[in-house]
Amino acid sequence: MPAGTLYRGREGMWSWVAHRVTGVLIFFFLFVHVLDTALVRVSPEAYDTVVATYKTPIVALLEYGLVAAILFHALNGLRVIAVDFWVKGARYQKQMLWTVVALWVVLMIGAIYPVLGHAARELFGS
Amino acid sequence: MSTTETTASGIGPVEGASLYSVDNPAPVIEPPRKRTKKTPKSTRGNFELAAWLFMRLSGVVLVVLVIGHLLIQLVLDGGVSKIGFAFVAGRWASPFWQVWDLLMLWLAMLHGANGLRTVINDYAERPNTRLWLKGLLYTATVFTILLGTLVIFTFDPNIR
Repeated sequence: MPAGTLYRGREGMWSWVAHRVTGVLIFFFLFVHVLDTALVRVSPEAYDTVVATYKTPIVALLEYGLVAAILFHALNGLRVIAVDFWVKGARYQKQMLWTVVALWVVLMIGAIYPVLGHAARELFGS
Repeated sequence: MSTTETTASGIGPVEGASLYSVDNPAPVIEPPRKRTKKTPKSTRGNFELAAWLFMRLSGVVLVVLVIGHLLIQLVLDGGVSKIGFAFVAGRWASPFWQVWDLLMLWLAMLHGANGLRTVINDYAERPNTRLWLKGLLYTATVFTILLGTLVIFTFDPNIR
């Protein structure tokens, strides 16, 4: 890798990679999520049966991952908008990325109990 | 002196002697990116610009809609454990949440579809592969948007 490049292998490239990967994952979930919600037009039982799988501990962990992907994509998306529309956006893109990461870490810590709490109670008893 | 032996400078081996003369004029080099008669105007519309702008505008709206959705569904009031048919029926009794979900469905699907279109354009190098992947993407997108819209508009809390 050539030394002194501004983009390759640096914050700009990796945030782009992460934005792309999280975006694709969210889109695939969205497709499945519209299908499972469509079961409300089949019967209440069909819907409740499928939603029950969303309440299992393993899927709860996947939900935590989904929250992680969505929060990063949302925060970094706002950063991309700032880079595009704010005059000083490109100059502060690195600082903005670390702000995004810090906010993301705080929010992910905050999401542990609400998203994973019920799974922990199910696994270890209340 | 043969022209095939000359260098790119256009100056012959004898200093100052030009290769070209009135009888042997230098070839005209067309400037790059010059519009020719075949393409009198730009043949492309502003689709990519519109798509770029749409990603940013829908993105801002989606941040609010999706994070609100996550708070209601996964965080507040017992998180995911409260979700069931009755919970959906309670929320879709209000036009506010119907419009919220409808807007979120359309914006998220179009935002995601355009994102995947970009990804396909970047990585699928053969034109045929691109064509098929995009065909699949557009079919799935139209199907999902129509299905979701139909479900929101025709939801019946007394289905049983």
